[in-house]
Amino acid sequence: MLDETYYQKTDAIIARHSCEPRSLIPIIQDIQAEYRYLPPELLSYVAGKLGISESKAFSVASFYENFSFEAKGKYVIKICDGTACHVRKSAPIMERLYKELGLSKKKHTTDDQLFTLETVSCLGACGLAPAMMVNEQVHPKMTPDSAAELVEKLRKEESV
Amino acid sequence: MTIDGRQVTFTDEPNVLSVIRKANIDIPTLCYMKDLPIYGACRLCTVEDGRGRTFSSCSETPRDGMEIYTSTPKLMRYRKMILELLLASHCRDCTTCDKSGSCRLQELCNRLGVNRVRFENTKEQYELDTSSPSIIRDPNKCVLCGNCVRVCENIQGVNAIDFAYRGTDAMVTPAFNKKLAETDCVNCGQCRVVCPTGAITIHSNIDDVWDALADKDTKVICQVAPAVRVGLGDAFGLPTGSNVFGQMVTALHQLGFDQVYDTTYGADLTVIEEAKEAVERLNKNENLPIFTSCCPAWVKFCQTRYPDLAGHLSTCRSPQQMFGAVLKEYFKDETKNEGKKVVSVTIMPCTAKKDEIRRPTSWTNGEQDIDYALTTTEVAAMIRRAGIKFETLEESKADDPFELGSGGGVIFGVTGGVTEAVLRWIGGGTDGTISTCGVRGEEGMKEFTYKHGDLTLRGAVVSGLANAARLMDRIRAGEVDYQIVEVMACPRGCVMGGGQPVMGVDTAPQTDRINGLYNTDISYEIKASQDNPAVQALYEGLLKGREHELLHCPKVEK
Repeated sequence: MLDETYYQKTDAIIARHSCEPRSLIPIIQDIQAEYRYLPPELLSYVAGKLGISESKAFSVASFYENFSFEAKGKYVIKICDGTACHVRKSAPIMERLYKELGLSKKKHTTDDQLFTLETVSCLGACGLAPAMMVNEQVHPKMTPDSAAELVEKLRKEESV
Repeated sequence: MTIDGRQVTFTDEPNVLSVIRKANIDIPTLCYMKDLPIYGACRLCTVEDGRGRTFSSCSETPRDGMEIYTSTPKLMRYRKMILELLLASHCRDCTTCDKSGSCRLQELCNRLGVNRVRFENTKEQYELDTSSPSIIRDPNKCVLCGNCVRVCENIQGVNAIDFAYRGTDAMVTPAFNKKLAETDCVNCGQCRVVCPTGAITIHSNIDDVWDALADKDTKVICQVAPAVRVGLGDAFGLPTGSNVFGQMVTALHQLGFDQVYDTTYGADLTVIEEAKEAVERLNKNENLPIFTSCCPAWVKFCQTRYPDLAGHLSTCRSPQQMFGAVLKEYFKDETKNEGKKVVSVTIMPCTAKKDEIRRPTSWTNGEQDIDYALTTTEVAAMIRRAGIKFETLEESKADDPFELGSGGGVIFGVTGGVTEAVLRWIGGGTDGTISTCGVRGEEGMKEFTYKHGDLTLRGAVVSGLANAARLMDRIRAGEVDYQIVEVMACPRGCVMGGGQPVMGVDTAPQTDRINGLYNTDISYEIKASQDNPAVQALYEGLLKGREHELLHCPKVEK
């Protein structure tokens, strides 16, 4: 059970939309925008409010890559693994960051809740390949070393 | 329209597929189920028209002048490829699969000549979900036909499982990959009935029962539900709906059961108790309508989805549990148990009964009344395993003193049967108007009006929990005024329960099974439960003053 404030916030979000099944996606998008992830408890809560089953809501939310049921780190790193970035060697960047951050294909977020590492299929910045994003900022023409440096820089900023 | 060059007439068939099947061509399907919404997932029913266009016949409306080809070389190739690709990520342990022999996927691969799979199975292996006492889910055997999802959502209104994730990760699962036992699943087992593969199977208790049967110091007693007698024969190729009660008793004795009783007797107890409760509530005009409580899937559904209406449920235990409590008591007598431990087994058409025996309301004085609930399908497997040639068996009678049941008890296995039996109590027998007052018929939602003297009873008879949900919404809204509401979770009642043998698609033996029970009723001399002398004797003896302790649900602390 989450803190009461989560549910109050969710009620406010639902109130901004119509309380019916078709509003499910916009509502959970807003929840994710608020908390940087979609707490499972809130998905169930919204399902109950909209009169759809929990399994149906889970079906929708799990279909889209965008929704995450786990709390994400403060910095969400998206490494592009689209065709252009892939041939320009995005995979080694990925491997290096896995190593630097102690993450893996199964573990996306560092224990200190600072970094989340994801792959995306295309950032639409193929001319800048291999590209990567940290939160809303695009970083072009990356190499394993420059990616590691960037992470180190962010870490230092945090520890100050 | 023409099908493979033959002129075929059609009338109100909903899709081209039905017309093709009417023309006696068994076009292969995995995801098509007559009573479920069209899904069009498996593509096996794809056909070709005169211009070489291919489309799935399940989702195409029949039109005049259509020219359909059902088995061109192109289609054969397509179908084979579809199956091979399904097998690519499918578990291939056919020999040890519970479904082997009755698996639709296996049958189609045989029929369509899929004799090798060129692809390695690289799919991540999922864990089995054995959390439910009723069914086991094995996602590695799922072909994503969605039959279970649709039956759970559209027919039962439960929606405990649904598709999740997408692409090659897609799977059928409860929300957040929870275990089935942690969901609102009501254990009805209809998902297992429509599953074409071994992805959803019955949670078997066969081994426990074999162990008990093998133990010389244990007396194993069993009771067999009404609907089992018209379902078991299907598993041995006998005409659908034939009453095989006599042969079944013989087989059960051969398997080693010491005593075999008829749950019809328990149903008679339920009729009497429930009718008494109904009349009492009618006289006081309180807490109406009374809801029947013999279907454990419905009871759970009502308690979880409509807790505000759960107080309307009759306090009666189900026939299985009433009889179970009586048997437990009966065998406490040392002359009866011969100093042995007694194991009480039930044989049911139902997977939810496996859950019911464990509920707190199924315990009497600190003891669980029934040890194991087997389904018809499991008993068929036991008979086969023991090598008994079922179809050649002589008939025998159930054992004293609970061998006798009434016609009212036997029709419990059909939707409307419970109500009809209760009306026979209220009306003092079959007065000719009961069977025609609206309680009979295969429909999922029926209304009846029964007049007896000054009394006019109105009620509803429902099967399929989605129908029940619609009725509950109307009751909540105060739109209907009923005194009696009967609900069975499985469409058409227990004869089509989740534990019954499943014979192919589209050839569902529902009408034969229903007629089988009504014919049994006709053949019985005693029609009304209260006229059953064995039941009367029990009320005078063991039950005297203890009706509430043994036959009604004890109050359970939450």
